[in-house]
Amino acid sequence: MANTSTIARGGDQSPAPGRRRRSSARPNRASGLPPWAVPYVLLVPGLLVIAGLLLYPLFQLIVMAFQKVGIPQIKGTRPAEWVGWDNFTRIFDNDIFWSSLRNTVLFAVIAVSLSLVVGTAVGVLLHKLGKKMSLLVVVGCMFAWAVPPVAQGVIWRWLFDADAGIINWALNMLPDGLSTALFGRADWTGEPWLNDAFSLYVVLIFCVVWAGFPFIAVSVLAGLKGIPTELYEAARVDGSGAWLTFRKITLPLLKPVFAVLTVLSIIWDFKVFSQLYVLMNGPTNREGFNLSMYAVAEAFKAPPKMGSGAAISVVLTVILLIVTVFYVRQIVKQEEM
Amino acid sequence: MSPLARKRLGKILLNGAGVAVFIYAIFPVYWMVSTGFKANDQIFTTDFIPFPTHFTFEHFERVLTEGVAGNSIWLYMRNSAIVAIGTVLIGSLVALLSATAIARFRFKGRGTFLIVLLIVQMIPAEALLIPLFLNVKRLGLYDQLLGLIVIQIGLTLPFGIWMLRTFVAAVPKTLEEAAWIDGASRMTTFWKVLFPLVAPGLVATSIFSFITAWNELIFALYLMSGSEGYTMPVALQFFFGQRGTDWGAIMAGSTLMTLPVVVFFLLVQRRMVSGLVAGAVKG
Repeated sequence: MANTSTIARGGDQSPAPGRRRRSSARPNRASGLPPWAVPYVLLVPGLLVIAGLLLYPLFQLIVMAFQKVGIPQIKGTRPAEWVGWDNFTRIFDNDIFWSSLRNTVLFAVIAVSLSLVVGTAVGVLLHKLGKKMSLLVVVGCMFAWAVPPVAQGVIWRWLFDADAGIINWALNMLPDGLSTALFGRADWTGEPWLNDAFSLYVVLIFCVVWAGFPFIAVSVLAGLKGIPTELYEAARVDGSGAWLTFRKITLPLLKPVFAVLTVLSIIWDFKVFSQLYVLMNGPTNREGFNLSMYAVAEAFKAPPKMGSGAAISVVLTVILLIVTVFYVRQIVKQEEM
Repeated sequence: MSPLARKRLGKILLNGAGVAVFIYAIFPVYWMVSTGFKANDQIFTTDFIPFPTHFTFEHFERVLTEGVAGNSIWLYMRNSAIVAIGTVLIGSLVALLSATAIARFRFKGRGTFLIVLLIVQMIPAEALLIPLFLNVKRLGLYDQLLGLIVIQIGLTLPFGIWMLRTFVAAVPKTLEEAAWIDGASRMTTFWKVLFPLVAPGLVATSIFSFITAWNELIFALYLMSGSEGYTMPVALQFFFGQRGTDWGAIMAGSTLMTLPVVVFFLLVQRRMVSGLVAGAVKG
């Protein structure tokens, strides 16, 4: 008897706390949403955009890399044909793929190192300059930084123009002896920089480093401002020279900044497109392709080969995602999110 | 050398280096603008002409009145502006909602979302061109500015959220709590307290998205079929084909395209700093 009544009472009471919690939560919230749901509701539009415009297309890209997608598939008259690894084996057999990969990697390595060196030097310089001078240089850098990539390409194409370009004029101004010693030639009149893949990339490096160094300089400057001056005073008291101070104090303290800047520059320079497009006047010079240009040229040539284009894009994306892993790790390490 | 003379020499060298960097940074931009103002005899020459002594508006006038590829330059400018403004209006609202969620709430899946955000930022847009091209075609958005707007929203959103997040986090929570205690609803708190304080950050983020959308070449090139719908970056390419290479017109055109970006850029730099520094509790 006693037992059953206990059970009955327990069974009667147990749902009560839940009921109480629910009823107490309601009157406080005017919008009628339980508090735990608010962030999720706020995230819905963002998640939809990211899923629909970035993640799903990425998935489609990977699927397409294993399919044949030509005119009938683009028109939607015939479903895509599954071809397995064919797209990959075909592009790996193509010399243009390997020259594109080489161009992409070599360009990124050189452009990233140069931008980092120039940017860091300018950042240190900005830190040492007086207030007015520093502002002047920063404003100058802002201009280089703000020029749209397409206009950057236009500007450098003009500077390196074969007939009326100022670079050929400047090289002709060098004393003949010096010019011969440096480049093995003295006459630069009409030098067509943009016709040959190698010199095309020389111009592209000039262009990208010029446009890319301001961001690095400003970031390094921000990092330098965060280093306490006592450290430098202590180093000076101990008799440390400028180079030693830079190597032993500045570099180690700015290591996280450099890590992020390096990875970001690699990612940007790996997929450079607009500037290259303008400099080579559209996808014309196959020897001068990089991976993104090759993918686009393959996908939109006549007749279009979207499947092989997708396969090339997948290669590019995989390389970039590997680099991204380092970036994400660095960010997670230094920022409390 | 006396220490004083050494110090002075160091200062001169330092300032000299500063001037050199300034010239290095600004000269190519100056060269673009000045070429746009030079008469043709001073453009097509193997000599170095530092200033346009035969100053002329003829290239700007030609670009503005004749346009390129059969359309007025204003049409391309308008297309660019529509895409960029559309991207900013929709994109920054979405970014603000997401940024508020991750900066103001601790919830399950937040860490994962942040990591996904960092990773999708790095997916090369060039790689997504092929699937997005097919999707846009299937949805009937091919050759329409709306298609470009939708895609630009996707491309600019991850960074927009990432950037806005710090601005939202910088607004002290105590302000919102005070509003709550005074009986304001969640919506009122958001619009009357959080929104005005995040506004500078929102401006900075919007300008960033505007610049990205304004500058974008590859989608604007492949998702449009006729020259009617092309944006400025694509229109600039046409100058190269027309009547040989008309460098005066190209330089005038790219100056016109660069101008709004430079203005916005100088604005955003200030805003970013003031948005980060301006504290709301200090007053």
